[in-house]
Amino acid sequence: MFELFAYGDTGWGDEILRGLAITIQLAIVTLPVGLFLGFLVAFASMSKLRALRMVGFGYTTIMRGLPEILTLFVVYNGVGLLLNMAVRWWNPEADAIDFSPFAAGVVALGMVFGAFAAEVLRGAFNSLDTGQSEAGRAIGMTPTQVFRRIQLPQMWRFALPGLGNLWINMLKDTALVSIIALNDLMRMTKVAVGVTKQPFTFYLVACLIYWAMCVLSELVLARMERRANRGIRRV
Amino acid sequence: MNPMDILLQYWPRLLDGTLMTIKLTLMGALIAGLISPFLALIRVQASPIAQAPLRLYVSFMRGTPIMAQLFLIFYGSGQFRPFLQEWGLWSFFRDPFNCALLTFALNSTAYQTEILRGGILGVPRGEVEAAMAIGMSRAHTLRRVVFPHAYRIAWPALGNEVILLMKASALASIVTVFDLMGRTRQVFSRSFDFSVYLWAALIYLGITAIFVLLWWQVEKRLSRHIAPHQTSRKPVKETQA
Repeated sequence: MFELFAYGDTGWGDEILRGLAITIQLAIVTLPVGLFLGFLVAFASMSKLRALRMVGFGYTTIMRGLPEILTLFVVYNGVGLLLNMAVRWWNPEADAIDFSPFAAGVVALGMVFGAFAAEVLRGAFNSLDTGQSEAGRAIGMTPTQVFRRIQLPQMWRFALPGLGNLWINMLKDTALVSIIALNDLMRMTKVAVGVTKQPFTFYLVACLIYWAMCVLSELVLARMERRANRGIRRV
Repeated sequence: MNPMDILLQYWPRLLDGTLMTIKLTLMGALIAGLISPFLALIRVQASPIAQAPLRLYVSFMRGTPIMAQLFLIFYGSGQFRPFLQEWGLWSFFRDPFNCALLTFALNSTAYQTEILRGGILGVPRGEVEAAMAIGMSRAHTLRRVVFPHAYRIAWPALGNEVILLMKASALASIVTVFDLMGRTRQVFSRSFDFSVYLWAALIYLGITAIFVLLWWQVEKRLSRHIAPHQTSRKPVKETQA
């Protein structure tokens, strides 16, 4: 049975590892995109402007309520459509551009991650001790300085557990991109199943790989949480 | 085409898909809801060794994509076809609806077990002691004291889990179940009109909104003995691994 997973032409080990590499790449590229979006939306929902607050609230509510696969299809089909319309409008002779599945995956997963992250970040921001920000203002720091030097470093501690869960969810959601033909772990498994006719064996291996990644992430996150809380006195 | 025309032309399909989505979600959540109290009790009371298989099951269900679980059951069962046929189970696994329902029930059982475990652990020890002091049997204590309180604690998180399950049920469309997502993809492949996705999004949001309102009503009823200012209207955010 192990020869099925041999590395090289005789087995599927190398194909599956290449798929795994795409899955990990996708997750790692999506993380900063989602975090950036999360910060933007969190700021919008805490803004003094009512309109911006509404935008933030609307975005988080809608994105959290939709199935991830629907978001992915909307982005893959819709953004591609919009992009081509924009290009044609600007230059009617331009060739149709392809919206790559990888980019669609990053945008869709990043949008979902951003919506959930915005709520986590907002919660973390609200758990901060306001006295410290006030002290910062009192000694003449600008709001930007207060944010960068006082609030941001401490937010991390409150946000880490929530963001860790989101990372694990996103890692699992990357499996969805196999539907829009990105050669990730899930799709390479499907290809292997098509040839070997051993669906249970191969999907079980894929599950075990995802499982291993999640357990590893949990271990790393636990360490990061311990480190983030190292200065906090325990009661 | 005008978005309104799409809706007028295809609404029977979308309605059919919506009903299928609701059916899948409710049945999956219900089956999981019937099994999880027993598993949660094991998680709270059994010895660590007896718990090991259960913990492994929960960890697996939470650590793998639900799509991979669905493929493992739906496509994976094909590998055991002769065996399943011998046992008369093949007709069950051949149907994508059954496989999707089984996957969602198994997945939701794991999540609901962990949520309920948190609820049971949240019941103050004094309540159980008081029940024992007035002579209630163990089963009686569980039924009259522990579970009612545990469910009230776990209620908002259970609601979140059902919403997550509703979102996950869209994956059934990949194995050719015609739920809302499946119908939407079908309509899109016929009309190439993008607006059908937006209608689907609206319907999904609508289902979520109605469900949240109903869940609040029950939560209010479960908490009617507590002063109103103490009940949180906002569902507690579930931590999910």
